[in-house]
Parts: sequence; C-alpha cells; structure tokens
Amino acid sequence: MTSPSGPSANLYWLPSIDDWSVRIAEIERSEVGEAAWNALVALAGVKLDFVRVGRLDKALMRLFGDGPPVNLATRPIRLAVLASSTTAQLASALRVAGLRRGLWITLYEPDYGQYRQELANPASGLYGFAPTAILFALDAGHLVGDVDPALNPESAEAVVHQRCDLLQSLWRSARAAFGAQIIQQTVLPVFPPLLGSNEQNLPGSRAAIAAEMNARLRAIVGAEGVGLLAIDAWATQLGLDAWHDPVLWHRAKQEITPRAAPLYGDLVARLLAAGQGRASKALVLDLDNTLWGGVIGDDGLQGIVVGQGDPLGEAFAAFQTYAAGLERRGILLAACSKNDESNALSPFEHHPDMVLRRSRFSAFVANWDDKASNLKEIARQLNIGLDSLVFVDDNPFERNLVRRELPMVSVPELPEDPALFARCLADAGYFEGLTITAEDRGRTALYETNREREASRTKATDLNGYLASLEMALSWRTFDRVGLARTVQLINKTNQFNLTTRRYTEDEVAAVMTDPSAFGLQFRLTDRFGDNGIIAVIIGRVDGAGLCFLDTWLMSCRVLGRRVEEATLAVVVEQAIAHGATELVGCFRRTAQNGMVADHYDRLGFTPLPGQPGDTERLYRRDVAETAHDFPITIRSE
Amino acid sequence: MDDQAIMAELTDIFRDLFGDDSIVLAPETMADDVEGWDSIKHISLIVAVEDHWNIKMKTSEIDTLKNVGDLQRVVAAKIG
Repeated sequence: MTSPSGPSANLYWLPSIDDWSVRIAEIERSEVGEAAWNALVALAGVKLDFVRVGRLDKALMRLFGDGPPVNLATRPIRLAVLASSTTAQLASALRVAGLRRGLWITLYEPDYGQYRQELANPASGLYGFAPTAILFALDAGHLVGDVDPALNPESAEAVVHQRCDLLQSLWRSARAAFGAQIIQQTVLPVFPPLLGSNEQNLPGSRAAIAAEMNARLRAIVGAEGVGLLAIDAWATQLGLDAWHDPVLWHRAKQEITPRAAPLYGDLVARLLAAGQGRASKALVLDLDNTLWGGVIGDDGLQGIVVGQGDPLGEAFAAFQTYAAGLERRGILLAACSKNDESNALSPFEHHPDMVLRRSRFSAFVANWDDKASNLKEIARQLNIGLDSLVFVDDNPFERNLVRRELPMVSVPELPEDPALFARCLADAGYFEGLTITAEDRGRTALYETNREREASRTKATDLNGYLASLEMALSWRTFDRVGLARTVQLINKTNQFNLTTRRYTEDEVAAVMTDPSAFGLQFRLTDRFGDNGIIAVIIGRVDGAGLCFLDTWLMSCRVLGRRVEEATLAVVVEQAIAHGATELVGCFRRTAQNGMVADHYDRLGFTPLPGQPGDTERLYRRDVAETAHDFPITIRSE
Repeated sequence: MDDQAIMAELTDIFRDLFGDDSIVLAPETMADDVEGWDSIKHISLIVAVEDHWNIKMKTSEIDTLKNVGDLQRVVAAKIG
C-alpha cells in the first residue's frame, strides 16, 4: 500500500509476515487456552491492514469474546467509547491494539449521540457496563459544526470556553461515577479554511474554532487528569487524508476512515497501557550502524561516521540526540553490542562528535554472546521486566533472533536510513507517557531548563547581545587522527569561505602534524543550540625569518556573522608566537567563488601589501600583537 | 486484468474481510448472501477495494453498487 518512509497510517514499525493465511487459519481452528492467546498476541504484533485486523479480531472474539484468558498478567480493560458519530469501524482495531500489548479489552459503544444521557442515567447501559476506561470520541462536526463564521472574536472565544467547560463537566461526572481512566480525543481538523493561512483572523470559522478548542483542551486536561488522544497532531503529521475521507463521512458518518483504524487503535492502546504503568521503560541500543556508521572494531575511531559535516554522520548524531532526550525524560538507556568492551566504549570516551556519553547508560553490555542472553542480563541489571525493553538494532538478523527468543521485548522494524530512526521510534509510541514527574525529569534537566529560561529573559536587542545570548564556545585542537578525515574533507570541498583554496591530500595534511615549523588547527563551535561540529581549519607555516604564512584559512559558512573569525585569530596569534613567529602573513587568492572573504584580512586589522591591479593574489601582514578580546565567545583548548 | 482475475482478488478480500475462507463469489452475490455484510462492512469493503487497486470511488459510483458484479465492473473501468 504505502511505503514505510512516506506518510502513512500503517504501523510500519511492526514486522511483516508472509504466512498470514496459514497462521490465521491455525488460530481459527484452535481451542481456548494459553496457546491460542499467545498466538493471537503474536499475530497482533505484525503489520496488518485494517481488513486483516478485522479478521484477527473475529478470531479473538470467538476465543476470548466472553472473558480474558485465565491468569492474564494485565488488568482486563472495560472501555466505553462515547461517540457522536459512527465508531464501529474502529472496534476491531481497538481490541487488537490492546492484544498487541497483552491487554484484553471489552468494548461498550452506546448508540452514537447518546453519551450525555448514558452518563446522566444510573440505569443506562453504561452504568451496567461499569467501564474502567472511557474514550470521548466526539467528531468535529458535533463539537463545532454549528458555529457561525461571522462571530466576533469575543463570542468565538466564549464558544470555545463554553464547549470545553461542557466536556470538563462530562469528564468529572464520568470520573465520579466510575473512577475510570478518561481519554479525550482532540478535534480532528476536518473543516476546510474559509480565509486560508490566516484563518485565525476569522475566529468564528469552524477551522479556527477547532484549532482553538484543541489549544484549550491541551491547557485544561492536565489538571483534570485526563489524557488526550491527539489525532489532530497525527493529522498534521500524516495529512488529513490519512484519517478522514469526506466521502465516507457523508455516506456513513464515519469521521475516521477504516484504513486509519489500526493506528487509531494503537494510539488508544498506548494510553491504556500507560494508564496501567505498562509503557516501555528502557531503550536498548545496538552500537555499530545504529548509533554511528561503520564498525568500531574494524574501522576504528577515525573510520566511524558520526557528527556534523557528513549527512550520514548527522543522521546518526540526530538519533543520538533523540535517545538522549528520552533519557532526560526518564527512559533508561542500555547498550547491547557484539564487540570487545574496550572497542565499544571508545567512541563514547574519545570521539568528539558523539552526543551520547557512557554516563547516560544505565547498563552497558558489549561482548560476543547472543543478544537475547544479553537482553536478559540487561533486564536483570536494570531490575525491570523484559516486556519493558525496546531493542533497537539495524541488523535484521539480530532483530529476528530477539523476536523469536524473547517475544515480549519490543523490537521495531527499523528503516534502513538512519535519518528515519528517531521518527520510527517516536511513531511506534513505546514510551507513551501521560504525565511527567520530577523524578522522571531528573535534577540536571530541571537545572538546565532554569538556565535556559534565564538566558531567554535576556533581551537580544543588538547583535552583540544576541551573540552573547548564544553562549558560544570555540574549542580548538591541533590536527589529529580522529579529525583527519573531516579536515581533509573541508580542505577539499570548501569553496566560499576559503582564503587560498589550496587542496591537500590526506598525506599532505598528515605531514603538517609532524612538521615542527607548521601548525594545523581545527576549530569546533558549540552554542546553546548544540554542536556545530568542526567549522574552521587553519594551517600556518613559519619560516626562519619569523614570518608565519597563513597557508590555509577556511571556515564553514554556517557560522558567518558571529565574530568567530576574531576568536579564531586570537588562537592563531597564540600559536604563531608559540612557533617563534613575529609577524603574520595572510594571503587572499581570488577564485570565482570566494568573493565573500575578499576583505577578510582588512576586517581583522591586517595591512595589505602593495600589489598590482588585477592581481589574483593579495598579501597582508600583521604584527603578532595580542588581539582585543572583546568578542562574545569563550575559547577553549581541547 | 480480466474479469476473472478481478473476481479472484475480490474473493481474497472478502475472505479476509468476513473471516471466512469458504466464501465463493459470483457476479450476482449480494449483501444478503454473505454473513456479516452490514452497512459498516460495506464501507470497509469499499475502502479495502480502493486500497487494493489504488483507486478512488466516487459517491455516485458507490450508489450504483447492488452486487459483486457491479463492484467488479467499477474496478475494471478504473484500472482500465
């Protein structure tokens, strides 16, 4: 149907199977019992379209429609779906999504539009059902369909408040009557805009009211202890068409198309599982080709790909950043790698571009045992159940081994491109949370948040104030083996901010490292938004007369206009002095692409040497006097 | 794709949709002939057919569907 990388409502992180017909037929012949339940759970864990989900549900209902299996580890869920239009097309997917998590769900769906009467009347079917969870699945037309687009802003706001107040009173009476988990579906943005991009300027439009209601719901559910089912956010992510088909709405009052049912069910089941404290608790990460590109044992520190300057390296770093974010909100991290431990640890300890450090990991297992055994060891060390683990590995072999040996471990079918890893993990929703506690967040996170707030209070009215608010730090090192590949890459591909455009091979760059009369410098810039990676490379060569020739000066255009040049010069001056130089000689060699740095040395206070008009090369000189240190950048030697 | 091939693939869809591998379709098969073919399943059938052949049916076309033969004809016309 749709590709795993493109927007789609299918559960692309689940593995596919090719023996569906055989497996479903087997279940359809089986008798009630633990084996049948396990077979059902297993089949619910593979990628199925809504038709097959329906068939699986039919088998589930035949075997366990009247009650859960004996000795079920989870609390049976009695879910009431209170709706204002047709939701019968979602029932199968709701039950199967529960099954996927080992949850047994029985549903109660009163006739649509009857929810207020059902809640108000203790003799109603709803009271007889005694729900443990209630989903308010009210469609957009029901909630805001009647609003007059010509309303003035005050009246529009009053409408939003009044309707949210009504929902609030429904939640309260539901909670008072049943003590049930309450889930409120957000308003699906089904209404075409009347104005367009600036729909907010027509506050009475149904599209604008729906958006405002969703904002208002987000503001009030927390205090009510109500969980949102954010289908509006998912409609933004996947496109409204993935959720809503106007043809089906007008024909059958189905606001949500059956093809979105598997995802809808999964989103609800995540909330139900989280409500039982059954969301996953730990992220177990493979290392080679999962956190970085390449194999550390073969490729070494210089050979692995991670960090700025390389598309693949940036993708791996972005995935590490996502994992780090999960850790900061309270998800435990563990490493599970087939490696010598010292090899597995070295990038965390020595690679400058790694986002994750060893200290972020609550368990670190690197050896040559099979991964299923190591996952058991990790669960033991963390003192949590295997069903709380999510195992992320790029290698299909390892994934399938773990699925077979430990079916209770969640193993996403990772996309091949690391650029999609984080999205896949987020879409799969293993770590769905309803609220965040202070313990989840941890002390360091709180501390940093406060610091961020402090920073944003400082008004960035002028450029220097803005630059100062960036908290830039320029760290520098002389050339080394770890950074060599990136240095060579920059020397050979930088065209614009490049004073001399001299291209060097890896051997020629390596020669600078051993030449006592030369120095090669690599600069990294970090700021409050993160690490910009290596952003400048400079090679200086000092002759016997104390002249330091700036053979190469290149920078990444992404740090332009941040006074990084001045900070860089301060380091160059220091190094020139250290190499016995008394004067700097800069050189600008004009190319078709480097016009932007024609006055680079003028701006840095160099004096141009006399030249001829039309010269393609221009020389500049400057004493090695200390530079004025008035730039808003901290300099650090690494 | 000829009528027979369409009918064979429709049969697979019906068997999964109604959870019954014994279903055999004929052009004159109607909702009353298949257990569970109610209005909800009818919508699901339309969406399943749309997904299977990557087509979209118009409201007016859905209105004309009286039996499996009608469905087969709409599919055949759309996939050319």
